[in-house]
Amino acid sequence: MSYQTKIAGAVSGLALLVSAVAAHADVLFWSTQAKPVEEAQAMRTQVLAGFAGGVDYQPNDGGPWLTRLNAELQAGSGAIGVLGGLHGDFSAMNPADLVDLSSLGVSSASATFNDLSKLGTGEMQYVPWMQATYIMAANRKALEHLPAGADLNALSYDQLIEWAANVHKAVGEPKFGFPAGPQGLKHRFFQGYLYPSFTDGVVRTFASDAAVTGWEKFRELWAHTNPASTNFSFMQEQLLSGDAWIVFDHTARLAQAFNERPDDFVAFPAPAGPAGRGFMPVLAGIAIPRTAPDMDAAKALVAHMLKPETQIATLRATNFFPVVDVALPNDLPPAVKASGAAIAKMSGAPDANPGLLPAGLGDKGGDFNRVFVDSFERIVLGGQDIRTVLNDQKKTLSRIMTESGAPCWAPDAPSAGPCPVE
Amino acid sequence: MTPRYLPYLLILPVTLFLGLFFLYPFVLVAMQAFDGGGRFSLENFQEVVDYWKFPISLRNTLLLAAAVVPVQLALALLMATMVTRMQKGRDLVLYIWTIPLGISDLAAGIIWLAIFEQSGFLNSMMSGLGLIDRPMNLLSYQNLGLAFLAIALAEIWRATAIMLVILVAGIGLIPKEYYEAAEVFGASPWQRFIRITLPLLRPSLQTALILRVILAFEVFAVVAALGGTLFPVLMSQTYAYQFELLNGGAAAAVALIILAISIAATLVILRVLRVPKGATI
Amino acid sequence: MTAATPAGRPASDARRAGRLVYLAVVGLLCAWVLVPIYFLLVNTLSSPEAVNNFPKAFWPEFDLASLTFFAQFAGMLKALTNSVLVAALTMVMSILIGAPAGYALSRFDFPGKAAFRLLVMLTRAFPLPLLALPLAVMFIQTGLDDTIFGLALVHTTLALPFAVLITFSLFSGIPIELEESAWTLGCTRLSAFIKVVLPLILPGITASAIFAFVISWNEVFAAAVLTIENRTLTAFLLQNLDTSPLHLKFAGGFILVVPALVFIFAVRKYLFAMWGIANR
Repeated sequence: MSYQTKIAGAVSGLALLVSAVAAHADVLFWSTQAKPVEEAQAMRTQVLAGFAGGVDYQPNDGGPWLTRLNAELQAGSGAIGVLGGLHGDFSAMNPADLVDLSSLGVSSASATFNDLSKLGTGEMQYVPWMQATYIMAANRKALEHLPAGADLNALSYDQLIEWAANVHKAVGEPKFGFPAGPQGLKHRFFQGYLYPSFTDGVVRTFASDAAVTGWEKFRELWAHTNPASTNFSFMQEQLLSGDAWIVFDHTARLAQAFNERPDDFVAFPAPAGPAGRGFMPVLAGIAIPRTAPDMDAAKALVAHMLKPETQIATLRATNFFPVVDVALPNDLPPAVKASGAAIAKMSGAPDANPGLLPAGLGDKGGDFNRVFVDSFERIVLGGQDIRTVLNDQKKTLSRIMTESGAPCWAPDAPSAGPCPVE
Repeated sequence: MTPRYLPYLLILPVTLFLGLFFLYPFVLVAMQAFDGGGRFSLENFQEVVDYWKFPISLRNTLLLAAAVVPVQLALALLMATMVTRMQKGRDLVLYIWTIPLGISDLAAGIIWLAIFEQSGFLNSMMSGLGLIDRPMNLLSYQNLGLAFLAIALAEIWRATAIMLVILVAGIGLIPKEYYEAAEVFGASPWQRFIRITLPLLRPSLQTALILRVILAFEVFAVVAALGGTLFPVLMSQTYAYQFELLNGGAAAAVALIILAISIAATLVILRVLRVPKGATI
Repeated sequence: MTAATPAGRPASDARRAGRLVYLAVVGLLCAWVLVPIYFLLVNTLSSPEAVNNFPKAFWPEFDLASLTFFAQFAGMLKALTNSVLVAALTMVMSILIGAPAGYALSRFDFPGKAAFRLLVMLTRAFPLPLLALPLAVMFIQTGLDDTIFGLALVHTTLALPFAVLITFSLFSGIPIELEESAWTLGCTRLSAFIKVVLPLILPGITASAIFAFVISWNEVFAAAVLTIENRTLTAFLLQNLDTSPLHLKFAGGFILVVPALVFIFAVRKYLFAMWGIANR
């Protein structure tokens, strides 16, 4: 036994030595984004290759990302130089764990994003890195079933439902696809698209009559949705295999379909409800944890990511759009062109009703999302009475808002204290 | 002749190892489950049990284990008996049957999803044979029973080899003379199996069953791949609490509940399949 | 054996029929295991269009595009080496530490034995992702962070229950009389163990080695948290696969599966090693 301990000690000492000698020349870029293998490859070889000093880009699942970060913060020292994640990942953190980045002098072109990145403090805790949103896409075969008088780029929910019903009848199978799978981001659909379009609010109007109408309409749409949608997390797969002809999803999760068969698919804005055309951005940011080993190199990397050339390279690699003002070149992949056009039409529409990402929820962000996911599962999958479910979930939502103290955000009217659920 | 401390010396390395790398983090995490704002409380348990998905997850986990483990036990016993009686080709057949062991549960989920999904291999085969004219949706929420069957099938495929390897290693030590003697006395193959193989395989059966049952209560990846959000199990609740809701106390509470179920099942198996002291032959 | 008499004809027919059933069942079970793997292979060797098509082809196109992508994927070889090292270390450590405990459990009756057995079994009943945080903090503070050895320690913890319990069940099948006779013939306890018992439990050691290797090879969470520059192949690749396009999912999955299969193939006959000798 003592022999074993001696060996263990020697190996451990050797490991220490080796890791100290191989000093971290590379900045460790610890990210939850660009996880698909081609995106990770593109990040390493195209986006980050030009950074002096070298970058070790490591995309991870949310669990390991968070665990490693928390371990380093608890231990007081670590290897992570730069963090990459979504706004929701950072807003759940303690701002004290992130290095203030306002003094860096880099920011996005959008005041809203810069404000979001402050996480309620006076300084930027993360720098907005790249953005995307959800759009709709359809197989060209579905276009012939559009209802008369419907403009693809300005659909209403009723027209969408009629369209899906037409396709269902013509083909004999429901062909609407919705990312209701475990990695799908369906909660953002309900928070940023369904609720703003029907109720012109998210928290205040959670259990309103307009909300009941919204859920009823979604139930109608669900009747024409491929029932295996509870397995779908990346609608590009279903578009390519033909399991779904009309889909709603994140631009980055539709990219493969457009890049492989650009002539077979079209992208168009999300539909509008009685209260406008609701949509919500997906915002990714970069931050520096307080335990970063080399602050200067980390800050240099952050600045590098916000440079126009890097932003365009990132667009090519990940299908996430720049947050700074850049002129997009002409030779972008088909997916970028198609989704870019749809996004422009959506945000430029006369009835556009943009929703903001939830802010100020702290570590209750997950609970907030769960309210919407549970409502969906009980109302749509479980067939429970809408009014009952909403009244029930309303209690949970109220508790979350009072415990986190988060004020209302767009499209809800501003509030003085925690956002009330009316 | 035997120093009295010899057994303790022999188990010392394992105890130290597990103490340092398991007990220490376990105690830290388990304490979180009982932590309600700085003082001892059971509110984490209350919270997780009150959540509407908890009874569903519990039922699903237990149901899946009850459906899968007995089938795997029978299958593993069958395969172990068959392979040890083989003359040639024994190595190859055993190798083939232990292939799923090398496949992680995430990879198994990917493979079986490719089989069961709407545009997958099963539908391709059925439509190629003319059995159906359009692909069936086997994994939809409208047909929970079918989805459960698919998950059970994938789990049986993936994890039978765990028990098989343990049983094969144990069966090799049963002396052939017993079987020959039984044959002389006119015992049928089934009687030889029941009277000789099973009793002498008890220690291995115990090990195989306990390990398999413990792992069955922790099932996650295959269920998530095939069932998506349809089939919550206790483990998916644990991960949701830990990584999405950032509620370490609740996650630890669910994990402790899984642990309690595993302890109960282990004690039952130890009782039913107890190995009499000194009964080596 | 029975002499061949005219009355023996129906018996041999029955025997032949029984043999046919036996072969059919063996064949069915082999197909049951191999067919899904074959589908994995088909998808790995197909073009992206074919992978997304319906109906799926049952014969691969031998399109190497997906595999070539991974051949050029930066960092694969290093990660592969790391995985092999960690798995090998795990094997060695879990058997060296676990086998003595298995022997103690089967031969001795001592106070604390039941508790010890329970502890060993229940280490597998608590999910590692929850334990990863305190472990990572401990590793960072003691300098074991981001080392092959450190990760191997965690994987050994996962593999120990298998090693202990399998060697226990094997030792339980070897009568103590064998050892006792060796003692009476002048062997010390240790040399009796090495010369008499060890060869007989080689299948158990092999089984433990297989489990240790496979557990270490496929483990992803602790590897993703505890190794950064020395990532194992699983931590490096598996996390990225579930968000990747379908054809790369399959090719990547295939690459992850092959080394484990190669290892099991290499040690397969040791699972049977002493079949002849066990004929006492």
